[in-house]
Amino acid sequence: MAATGGSISGSSGPLRREVQVTNPQGLHVRPAAAFAELAARFESRVTVSKDGQNVDGKFWPDLLLLAAEQGSKLIIEVDGPDAEPALEALCKVLAEFQDDDRINEPN
Amino acid sequence: MARMSEFVVRDAILTDLKETTKEGVIREMVESLQKAGYFSDTPTEDIVRSVLRREQLGSTGIGRNIAIPHAKHAGTDRLVGTVALSKAGVPFDSIDGQNVHVLVLLISPQDRPGDHLRALENVVRFMRNEQFVNELRQSQSQDEVWQLLQK
Repeated sequence: MAATGGSISGSSGPLRREVQVTNPQGLHVRPAAAFAELAARFESRVTVSKDGQNVDGKFWPDLLLLAAEQGSKLIIEVDGPDAEPALEALCKVLAEFQDDDRINEPN
Repeated sequence: MARMSEFVVRDAILTDLKETTKEGVIREMVESLQKAGYFSDTPTEDIVRSVLRREQLGSTGIGRNIAIPHAKHAGTDRLVGTVALSKAGVPFDSIDGQNVHVLVLLISPQDRPGDHLRALENVVRFMRNEQFVNELRQSQSQDEVWQLLQK
């Protein structure tokens, strides 16, 4: 995944960033789980949306409801006291998640 | 994919799993797909091992007693799956720590990630419906499960 836009934020409101899914396998179980596990470490509420559908970013099964294929655009919204570091970290985990070619499973 | 019946193999549905371990129920489900005519040229253990390798990377137990074990396999050109019910419950390292009573096994071709994502979405969406899950868990026959999956 790669960030395609900057943060759109007010001083106290939620932070939002649009990211594009770059993983050829899309947002399958393992990247969803990696994202949600990281999101859960932050106090801020994390919402991920695609095409107007919003899901809880801290619960990986719900992220599967987005069925986000390669190329689709997700909006990550983070609201709370640690929103800024959370948004940075979450965009990073999406961008850096790589499927393990040695395993070669769609997950 | 709007309905689970689009990828679940009717004849491979199991309403009373005998095994009670993760490895055991996965093997039972793979064997059931093979008995139904899928992956008949593949050693059972090849598929069982790839599903288990995937589980080692992180459980596919989505909580509320449901799991979606899965793997890719070159022996199919479309995504196929089966549904199995366990009365005893199976320890699965699920997100909520609960044993699993409903399993949906998915075997995908190598090059159809979109179908895999849509099947996952489909399973998660249906399994959020408490009434659907209750009716599924009470099903006694392949026919009863199949009727539910066509909704």
